[in-house]
Amino acid sequence: MKEDAPRGRQSLGERVRGLRVTLWTLIVPPTVWAVHFLFCYLWVAVSCAKLGAFPRFPVAFVVGTGAALAIILASGWIAWVQSRTPGDDPPHDEGTDIDRLRFLATATLLLAGLSFVAVLFTAAPALLLTDCR
Amino acid sequence: MSLHAQDDPALRAAQEERLRAVWAPPKGLFLRWTDTNNNQVGVWYTLTAFGFMLFAGVLALIMRVQLAQPGNELVTPSTFNQLFTLHGSMMMFLFAVPMFEAVSIILLPQLLGARDLPFPRLSAFGYWSFLIGGVFVSGSIFFDAAPDGGWFMYPPFTTRTDLSGLGADIWMLGLSFIEVSSVAAAVELITGVLKCRPPGMRLNLMPLYAWYILVVAVMILFAFPPLIAGDVLFELERLLGWPFFDAAKGGDPILWQHLFWIFGHPEVYIVFLPSIALFAMIVPTFARRHLLGYPWIVLAAVGTAFLSFGLWVHHMFTTGLPKISLAFFSAASEAVAIPTGIQIFAFIATLWAGRVTWSTPLLYVTGSIAIFVIGGLTGVMVAIAPFDWQAHDTYFIVAHLHYVLIGGTLIPLFGGLYYYWPLITGKKLSDRIGRTAFWLLFGGANLTFFPMHFSGLMGMPRRVFTYPEELGIGGLNLASTIGSWVFAAGVLLVCIDLALSPRRSKSLRNPWQAGTLEWLAHPDDEDWGIRSIPLIESRYPIWDQKNFVAKVDEGRFFLPDAQEGRRETIVTSVLDARPVQVLRLGGPSVVPMLTAIALGSVFILTTYHLYWAALVGAVVTLAMVLYWLWTGTAEIPEKDCKPIGHGIDLPLYISGASASGWWAMFITMMADATAFSGLVFGYYFFWTRHEDFPPGGPGMDGPGSFWPMLAMAVMLASWALTVAARELNRRAAVGAARAALATAALLSLGAIGAGLAGPWLSGLKPELHVYPAIVWTLAIWTTAHCGVGAIMQLYTLARSLAGRMTPRHDADLRNITVYQHFMALTAVVTYATIGLFPGAA
Repeated sequence: MKEDAPRGRQSLGERVRGLRVTLWTLIVPPTVWAVHFLFCYLWVAVSCAKLGAFPRFPVAFVVGTGAALAIILASGWIAWVQSRTPGDDPPHDEGTDIDRLRFLATATLLLAGLSFVAVLFTAAPALLLTDCR
Repeated sequence: MSLHAQDDPALRAAQEERLRAVWAPPKGLFLRWTDTNNNQVGVWYTLTAFGFMLFAGVLALIMRVQLAQPGNELVTPSTFNQLFTLHGSMMMFLFAVPMFEAVSIILLPQLLGARDLPFPRLSAFGYWSFLIGGVFVSGSIFFDAAPDGGWFMYPPFTTRTDLSGLGADIWMLGLSFIEVSSVAAAVELITGVLKCRPPGMRLNLMPLYAWYILVVAVMILFAFPPLIAGDVLFELERLLGWPFFDAAKGGDPILWQHLFWIFGHPEVYIVFLPSIALFAMIVPTFARRHLLGYPWIVLAAVGTAFLSFGLWVHHMFTTGLPKISLAFFSAASEAVAIPTGIQIFAFIATLWAGRVTWSTPLLYVTGSIAIFVIGGLTGVMVAIAPFDWQAHDTYFIVAHLHYVLIGGTLIPLFGGLYYYWPLITGKKLSDRIGRTAFWLLFGGANLTFFPMHFSGLMGMPRRVFTYPEELGIGGLNLASTIGSWVFAAGVLLVCIDLALSPRRSKSLRNPWQAGTLEWLAHPDDEDWGIRSIPLIESRYPIWDQKNFVAKVDEGRFFLPDAQEGRRETIVTSVLDARPVQVLRLGGPSVVPMLTAIALGSVFILTTYHLYWAALVGAVVTLAMVLYWLWTGTAEIPEKDCKPIGHGIDLPLYISGASASGWWAMFITMMADATAFSGLVFGYYFFWTRHEDFPPGGPGMDGPGSFWPMLAMAVMLASWALTVAARELNRRAAVGAARAALATAALLSLGAIGAGLAGPWLSGLKPELHVYPAIVWTLAIWTTAHCGVGAIMQLYTLARSLAGRMTPRHDADLRNITVYQHFMALTAVVTYATIGLFPGAA
């Protein structure tokens, strides 16, 4: 029971649903967390060790955190749309294309949630503590 | 053959006869050990790891007796050091991780309806490596030569040869050898989960155990290599005096701590998640319903895997790193409680929503969750840096880690033992003995480790061989000792139960009425794994698919025969498990065992500084590997395709990204690149530690830019020619492809000379300072890889000349191209780092 879209013009939601979903897209949100984590830790650690001072442009942490959260939100939104792909019956645990898509999308959405929280956790020290002691 | 063809009992009997003959284990006193079937190797592996666990447990009992009362003199301080070091090292490296691999080698093919894992000989090689390395490390205590630096072997005590003996070398080299076998198992298990699922088992239908195995094996791939890199630096310091961890010569012991714990913390989850995976199989069976929140469990497994790599510094809170650095790791350590909690709640919710049948395995599961949660809560406490500063290196930590490991690894494994014993032997264990043992284990664990929280907070440091009476912790320690013996009684009872098993009669098939594929196994075990490889439509096919068991048994699914007398299984696509190939598996062979012995000799002889003999061992190992590859891999089949039933014809030979061999190479190189990044991390770490890096002066100047840049260019040319050879060969320009390969091999050899010329001609003296030492290390790592690359290129050329590689059968060439991609990346990073770094030129 696929919904009929007007020919030639797909809605945004349909185009999003058409995006390819793989094991690689599943790990986009936690990978963003890992990159953000390494960025915060390494920049502070190198700055403290080599310059003896907190990094000179703390606003970069805000920008970096904002960028990380934005990517996670985008990935989570795509996953949310995909996880609601209409088609098969609940509980969506059958061996069909749609259920496989819904499963990977749901897992990605959940990982996006966890990664969002974890990025906030990591950002907190960088934004609150601003010295090398 | 059609469905109806399988109606003929005579045909079925003939098929079974052929399958039985193909999968029959070799007979004979020696030859039986050359089998590679997962149901044999997995059982040896499990029993060996279980044996090491008992041994390490006895070491712990000796320690507990020593600590039973203040001022006790049962063992000397030196023996005590060896006891706790070996206890921790063995439990981690010889029990927890290998046990996960062992159990997975048995279970994974069953869970996936595969006849075996894709590389059975690799599993056998891993097992023999594990056995040799394990006996070498654990046997050292009988010669008073066991390692004594604690299981994390902190320098400088362990790297200074005047302060530590042979034990440190035994630890480093013996366990490095075992790490190699762990990486081999990771390659096997990842490829198994991704490529050997039965048709129809899409990612969303995969048993959760397989999800966990996938996640844990990937973690091994990224966690073990930094330790291998650390081991390399460590042994270079011990054997050659290159001062990586010697502060007097610019080194830094903290680097070891970083490399060790980048391995060490994910390691905790590497041993914990497989046990949770057992829960995920046991709980639905006894709750009599599908597990609730399947995507949530996947979230938890993947999320934990990622976050676990952001926790390592919480073992280093007291090393004086900037507080801000500690805060990042403290934050991640708190965050990891979220996915861990989610898994526990998913199990509780499933039990709550189901109709629970109380059974012995479920008793172990629920008991271990209770113990694990206590350990998890103290974990959240010690993740808070100020609390950790108080508790660090006290018995509070000992209590915490044992609660986590006993609740999160050991007792779940006992639960798994009671659950899966009928699968392996066809016989159930005794419920009565099992329950009694459970209560002894549960009570014993709590009696041993709960008092340790208090003795730790009252000031008892870990790893002391005794304590004064005035400290007032005698009573607590006595309680711990009594508890440890109660616990040991529980383990003994389990062993008795196992020993009684041969006298018991066979149980019914699928005695727990479980719904997942592994329970297709018949009590009268056949070695073929599964009669026919099913089409999967549900997460619990035995429960949900009609006549499922009968159809499998009657060979009505895929590949019910072995006409050509070969061991075979089906390879499918990663996401949707569409069949793509019939993979011919390696049969019984003595080669894996001999290769493991040869490689083991390299590590063991190096320990005793017998370098020439070790070199001979290395050459023999290389020869064995080449023989193994030449005779056992990328074989051109006698026909292109074969039918697997239901009108499907599958190719017998595939190459490139859909082939299991390509994946194995890719995965191995991910591990290799991770080890390399550990060494590069070392370079930049030392840079942050020094005002002037390179320091300059005689023997400490940079290697210049010329030679590193030349080496990079030559290496990139070799890489480009390999890619060209692949394309030329594909287009049937065989002569040109061979010429390209030969030139590429020559260039690889040239890149060795150019790579070493930089540090050699600029007279870098690695014993003087850490800078020349790390430059030499990077150059040697990269040029050694060039050498391996040259061997691969020449091997592929020889395969082409021998007619074992053709334009259509080009797996060898495609696989070495993957190696060359990583090789090019390694060369670029190394030579840019040592040749272009400010001051190096």
